[in-house]
Amino acid sequence: MNSLKTYLAVGLGSGLGSVLRYGVSLASQAVLGSHFPWGTLIVNVLGSGLIGWIAATALRAPRGQLAHWHPFLVAGFCGGFTTFSVFSLESLYFITLGQAWLGLLYVLVSLPLWLLAAMAGERLASRRGFTAE
Amino acid sequence: MGQGIANVLLVALGGAIGGMGRFAMSNVVARWLGKAFPWGTLVVNATGALAAGWLLGSQGVPGTPDALWLFTVAGLLGGYTTVSSFSLQTLELWQGGQAGRAAFNISATLLLGISMAALGWLLAGGHA
Repeated sequence: MNSLKTYLAVGLGSGLGSVLRYGVSLASQAVLGSHFPWGTLIVNVLGSGLIGWIAATALRAPRGQLAHWHPFLVAGFCGGFTTFSVFSLESLYFITLGQAWLGLLYVLVSLPLWLLAAMAGERLASRRGFTAE
Repeated sequence: MGQGIANVLLVALGGAIGGMGRFAMSNVVARWLGKAFPWGTLVVNATGALAAGWLLGSQGVPGTPDALWLFTVAGLLGGYTTVSSFSLQTLELWQGGQAGRAAFNISATLLLGISMAALGWLLAGGHA
């Protein structure tokens, strides 16, 4: 895949992922309220799970469809769907509100959930028999 | 309805540009510092947090996100920074027997993320 095409695939995936992240953020605010950044936590956990699943599946079938779509799916969609800047802002915002403990809780809950999700995604992919293409 | 579509387009455009910027930055940093450690993701996330902190400090949090906030924060910086790559790369370091590097990546990412956001916020005058 040439370089321009790869960049376009990344841009398309990232734009799509960002819109979906925005949708999850709106929906979570409507359902769960805006006292805690549930939306960011949800997208970052789901995105970490997805990237783990894709990485493990692509490793099993390096010439499969999934490997072909890698820039769109990984650097594009997963990258755009998850966000670190908004996570940092939310943590900082808790501190500026004088709720540093809530910011700390947010960080300490997020980190293990991201990593566990990526691990769960990998496990899920390797349990799927030998037919992954 | 029309406003909703405009908002979605702003986030999509910002997210697409931000994602390509992340891809370019990671590639440049990887070429420069090698691929043994995910420096690219660390650089992207630290610089993105700095810019986001600066925007928070200069604009404050809009009650209803305005066009500028949606394009820059939800779109551009949201797409530029990433948690998924951080999670996968940390896990891969750990699984590759490099627990020390994994722990360093975690601490550096979290500490740089919060402190760069705070630095940006202070540089912009610190309105919340």
